Amino acid sequence: MESILVLTHADESGSAITRHSLEAVTAGKELAARLGVSLTIGIVAADGNRIASAVKHAGPRLLAVKGEAFAQARFASDAAACEALCRAAQATIVVAPQSSRFARVMAAVAHRVGGVIDTHIAALAGAECVEATRWFYRQRIEAVVTRTARPWFLLLDSGTHAPYSGEAGNAQVDEIAIAVELPALRTEVTGFRAPKQDEQTIRPDAKLLFVAGAGWTKKQPDGEVHVEEAGKLILGFLRASGASLGSSKSLVDQGGEGQSVLPFLTHLNQVGQTGSTPRHPKGLSTCCHGEEPHVVGWRFIAERRAISLDPNCGWTRGKADVVYIADAFQVMAKVNALLQAKS
Amino acid sequence: MSNPLQIVVCAGIVPDPLQTLEPTTGATGPGIKNELVLPAVLDPWAACALYEAAALAAKNPGSKLWLVALGPKAKLQQVMMTVAQKVAFELVPVDGPIGGFPDAHATAAALASAIESIAGLDRAKLLLFGGWESASRGAGVTLQLIGERLGIADQFFGVDQIAQIGSGEDGSFEVLERVEGGKHQVSACLGAPAVLGWATGNLPEPRNNPQIGMANMRTIMPALQKAPTAKLDANSLQYISVSLPKQQRETRVEKNMTPEEIAAELAAWIGKDS
Ligand SMILES: Cc1cc2nc3c(=O)[nH]c(=O)nc-3n(C[C@H](O)[C@H](O)[C@H](O)COP(=O)(O)OP(=O)(O)OC[C@H]3O[C@@H](n4cnc5c(N)ncnc54)[C@H](O)[C@@H]3O)c2cc1C
Repeated sequence: MESILVLTHADESGSAITRHSLEAVTAGKELAARLGVSLTIGIVAADGNRIASAVKHAGPRLLAVKGEAFAQARFASDAAACEALCRAAQATIVVAPQSSRFARVMAAVAHRVGGVIDTHIAALAGAECVEATRWFYRQRIEAVVTRTARPWFLLLDSGTHAPYSGEAGNAQVDEIAIAVELPALRTEVTGFRAPKQDEQTIRPDAKLLFVAGAGWTKKQPDGEVHVEEAGKLILGFLRASGASLGSSKSLVDQGGEGQSVLPFLTHLNQVGQTGSTPRHPKGLSTCCHGEEPHVVGWRFIAERRAISLDPNCGWTRGKADVVYIADAFQVMAKVNALLQAKS
Repeated sequence: MSNPLQIVVCAGIVPDPLQTLEPTTGATGPGIKNELVLPAVLDPWAACALYEAAALAAKNPGSKLWLVALGPKAKLQQVMMTVAQKVAFELVPVDGPIGGFPDAHATAAALASAIESIAGLDRAKLLLFGGWESASRGAGVTLQLIGERLGIADQFFGVDQIAQIGSGEDGSFEVLERVEGGKHQVSACLGAPAVLGWATGNLPEPRNNPQIGMANMRTIMPALQKAPTAKLDANSLQYISVSLPKQQRETRVEKNMTPEEIAAELAAWIGKDS
């Protein structure tokens, strides 16, 4: 018989469980209900019990580690914490968020407890056996996999489940503090660094992804380049719409040596084969050709529109819902004016 | 870092991203149609790791750089013709299957034993590099599993930068890892051994240098001839289905709308809750 452990962790402030962890709790609860088995929740945080209220009633057993070492997202301490939680829970299936924190350690943890792991899981199904859906070749091929080996670790991509929002009631919950034997720590997390820019342009929770392509910095019909104007239009749109900024590879690569021609863009903005695959309900591409290595990064963008001068660009070939063959400079100036007038 | 480094870069080969991929099922499980004849490249993020490793080695005289790659020998040889012209390295090839469908645990075991067999590698000084995720399986676990098998207790993923701390004599370094929300987490590490799974990094692709190519090929060819063969265990991994997504949309192409009309339509679309 299966038993399920959902591993969760605190956010950077240490004062709450991350939203992505709560999504994993929902997935774990659904799976436990389908299989008719029990669920244990594990928390990695400096003081797991203090922030446990958000997940307290998700399962009858709650395991938490405690210690300042777990305030940092660091391989050695996080792997030791997750290993201790897994050994205590003795679960056959371990569900966890595919966050940067857990993605850094979970394969190692699976190896330590003699288990196997599959990552970037987009869906969990099956009642007889557990079936996990994931993508191969950078979102080009979709596969459903299963395993008989246990324990089986499954890391869930964000945005695939609704976050668990707690249940009323005073069910009896076993809260257990788990002791962790820490190895010598040779790494210290010293802080966070945002790319040099006046404001955050990557907004994972935004409703809209706005992609800027290399066309913004190319010679325009008047024979000139208009990089400064491009920068103003793009930033103006981001401010007015609250959109998250993505970019094509060609645009971020232009400056060479990590410096983009548009100073607020970095490789972190790049969408596609060697960039990110963000999840947003809508996406608007501008001055981008829509080549396959770029568009694979749009796999999880539901509604897609594009503005391009080229009627034969990739977007027109079944990759977008609507393509406007037009000058993005002219269109975006007018869109900005409309959005600003509204606010 | 001004101390001699021992850097091992793990890099696979993948189909050129501009190729169309079609899944098939063969005797050994799923695969890509004609994968062996499709043009292949060094896995892009692992290639970034290789260029960063070479730059780091160049800054630290006396450093050594190995490239460990698992794939069908003939295909490895083809890809090496180009890669060898970029930076100087010693190839440690493992003959094995191509593609993203074999189990990552098995791949990691084969790569770890290839690294263990490298003569003259000082594991206490090892910096194990690779891409944080491959362009085939894209799981982001292989390098971590190798690190675990080799007993390396400091691992970093989504790395965009490594820099020495102070004079660099003691080998300590600062690492920037990608985390959520377009930020980097900054860590200070006392030094090797460590695993660094690279994202894009900061370096452009080096130009082809035929001299480096010739020097590399002298050792690459004999290494390929002697490459051990790895049999990869499935570790109970079973594929229930492998399919192409339905990606063709009904595209409405608007060629005659004025900028004003388009802007009005877009503003309404952006404001609408979907
Ligand atoms: C190994 C590998 C990995 C790759 N990974 C990625 C990746 O992760 N992400 C990625 O994006 N690419 C990636 N690529 C590159 C990809 O193949 C394309 O080269 C790239 O996406 C092109 O960028 P672009 O469309 O912005 O530029 P271009 O191809 O130069 O297209 C610019 C477009 O802008 C249009 N335009 C110009 N001016 C205007 C205007 N005023 N109004 C409207 N339209 C205008 C032009 O008509 C043109 O269609 C990768 C390639 C390889 C080989």
